[in-house]
This record gives sequence, C-alpha cells and structure tokens, in this order.
Amino acid sequence: MDQPAPPPVSVRNLAAEPPGLLELFFAFSKMSLAGFGGVLVWARRAIVEQHRWMTPDEFNEAFALCHLLPGANIVNLSIVFGGRFRGIPGSVAAFLGLLLPPTLIVTTLGILYSYFGDMPGLQRTLNGIACAAVGLFLAVTIRMMGPLVKRKNPIEIGLMVAVFVAVGVIRAPLVAVLLIALPLSIVATYLWRKRAAA
Amino acid sequence: MNPPGLGTYLNLLWTFGLMSLLAVGGANATIPEMQRVAVEVNHWMTNAQFADMFAIAQFSPGPNVLIVTLIGYQVAGLTGAAVTTFAMCGPAGVLAYFVANFFHRSSHSFWPSMIQASFVPVSIGLMAAGGYVLARTVDVSPAATVVTLVTAAVAVGTRINPLWPLAAAGVLGFMGFV
Repeated sequence: MDQPAPPPVSVRNLAAEPPGLLELFFAFSKMSLAGFGGVLVWARRAIVEQHRWMTPDEFNEAFALCHLLPGANIVNLSIVFGGRFRGIPGSVAAFLGLLLPPTLIVTTLGILYSYFGDMPGLQRTLNGIACAAVGLFLAVTIRMMGPLVKRKNPIEIGLMVAVFVAVGVIRAPLVAVLLIALPLSIVATYLWRKRAAA
Repeated sequence: MNPPGLGTYLNLLWTFGLMSLLAVGGANATIPEMQRVAVEVNHWMTNAQFADMFAIAQFSPGPNVLIVTLIGYQVAGLTGAAVTTFAMCGPAGVLAYFVANFFHRSSHSFWPSMIQASFVPVSIGLMAAGGYVLARTVDVSPAATVVTLVTAAVAVGTRINPLWPLAAAGVLGFMGFV
C-alpha cells in the first residue's frame, strides 16, 4: 500500500517514524488491555500523547469517521489507523492486537463469573471501577473538545452542544439526530472555510 | 445442549454481521437490538443472563463490543465466540477501511476534507451524550458522582496514568464507600 501522506505544512512535533507491524500489534493490545470501561481513553493517550503518531486534530477526524460509520468505533479505528500507516497488513496487525488478548480474557472471565458472580465484594468493587471509568470517558471527551474550543467557531460549538442535548438529555432517536445534524454541519463547515479563505 | 451445527454458526454469522452494519454510533448504541435478538427472537438466554454478560463486557479490558463474544460462547462454545466476534467486527471494519482510505487519499481536495472535518462536532457531541447517559446510569449515589467527577477532573488536569483512579475507585467500592 501507499506510504503515509506527506504531512501538511503546519507540522507539529509528530513521531519521525511511522509505526511498524509489530509495534501496531503491541500498541493496540496495550491500549486494549488497559481499557477497562472503554479503550478510547487509552487509544488517544497512546496515539496522540505518547507516540505522537497523530495530531489532536487528525485523531479527532479519524475517530469521528470511525464513530459515525457502522460498527464498533475502536475496532474501526484500529483498522483505519493500521491501514493508514501500513496498508492491509497494518490493519490486520492493529485489529488482532486490539481483539485477541481481550477476547481470551473476556471468555475466561465469562466462565469464572458463572461460578463467582454472586460475591458481593466483587460487585461493589466493579461498581466503584465503573464510576471512575465514566469519569475517564468524560475526561477524554473534554480533551477532544480542545481543538474546537481553540478554533472558536460558534456554529461548530453550537452543533456539538445541540447534538449532546438532543441525544443525551432529550433522548431523541440517534438516526434522526444524525440526519439533521450532519447536513447542517457540512453547510456550516463550508461557510466557515469560505469565510476563512476570503 | 446439542452440539452446535453448521446452521447455528451461519445464523450467528448472518445475525451479527448484519447487526454490525446497522450499528451506527458504536456498540453501546446496539445493546437494545442485541438484547432483542438474543433473548426475544432466538431465546439464546434469559434477560438476567444478558444483563450479566453486559456487566462482564463493561468491566473487562478491551472494547465493550466484546459482549458479542460472550453471547457467541453461550450459544455455541469457543467456536461460536470466535465466529460471533468476527461477524460483529469484520464487515464493518472492511467498510471503514475503504471509506477512510478514500477520505485520506483525497484529504487535500476540497469536499472530502470538508466533510470529514464536519463530522467532528457531531461525533464529539454524541460522545458527550454517551458519557452523560453512562454517568446517570452508574452514579446512583452522591459518593459515586463525586468519584466520577474527581476522576474526570484529575484526568483532564494531570497526566496521571488512568489505572490509578480506576484502582482507587475499585478499593473505595470494595470498602463500601461508593
């Protein structure tokens, strides 16, 4: 497959070397094994903050696409991310790294849980972990808002808040919200870029 | 339970492959549909069993989509677990690969780059909504809410390894504070 695209002009200390196949496999299995209550927290930390394989904006765009396409977001992200750097073998390496270790663990836990699931101490511990896991998820969401807040595009921020209210507070059906919000967002981005170019 | 035949595997493959292509907004948005298919349509398990599997998948390391691994295991053993996991992740992943490749190749042309950028505020709004809904589900006491908010504040404000707040919250939970 093709080489990584030449970086845009406004470059920003990214890693010099794109990740190799083994590196992809192990990076994604590490994120995955750390990912109690969701892998996104660890994926952004590894990709943007530790390895510097993507800028915050690049990560947001790659994730947004994986998020709005069907399927599990983080599984899609592993495939898209691996593919961008190493083509189809890269996708396979990242995908297997993400899924193989936790699949073995979740199956083992499933078998164990059928014996020990009723222990009250275990339930209490898991409840505590769940609260912190949600906190971590909120934190990664806030970090991903960073580039939007810096751009100060009022329509972009307004749309983000509107989607939050519609889906989170009003609990409107997801498909309806997307059918309204995506075209609006495309028009808003178009006008904003045209204005910036003028 | 009879040993699962080829028909069982094909059913799993078809059911979850199709579901993955309809699963817009991530695995957690698909939970109600999974519950309907596994409990009501196919009678693979009871509601209580399904709830247990959801909890295990949430608390296990790895993507939350792995609830389908547990469903597959319940239906048809280890092979069922593998078939179901592949069906849920494969077709959607292939689609994502080609769509993302298209956008990336044409990332210097006007429309594709603009469309991709315009997905971002919608995606982050959806994430915030998901976090809010999750928080309302797990934060059933003031102490639980405090744990969530303090974890969020610490994770935004510092570069601490996220395993520490997770472990601390697990200990607090075990001692009965949450």
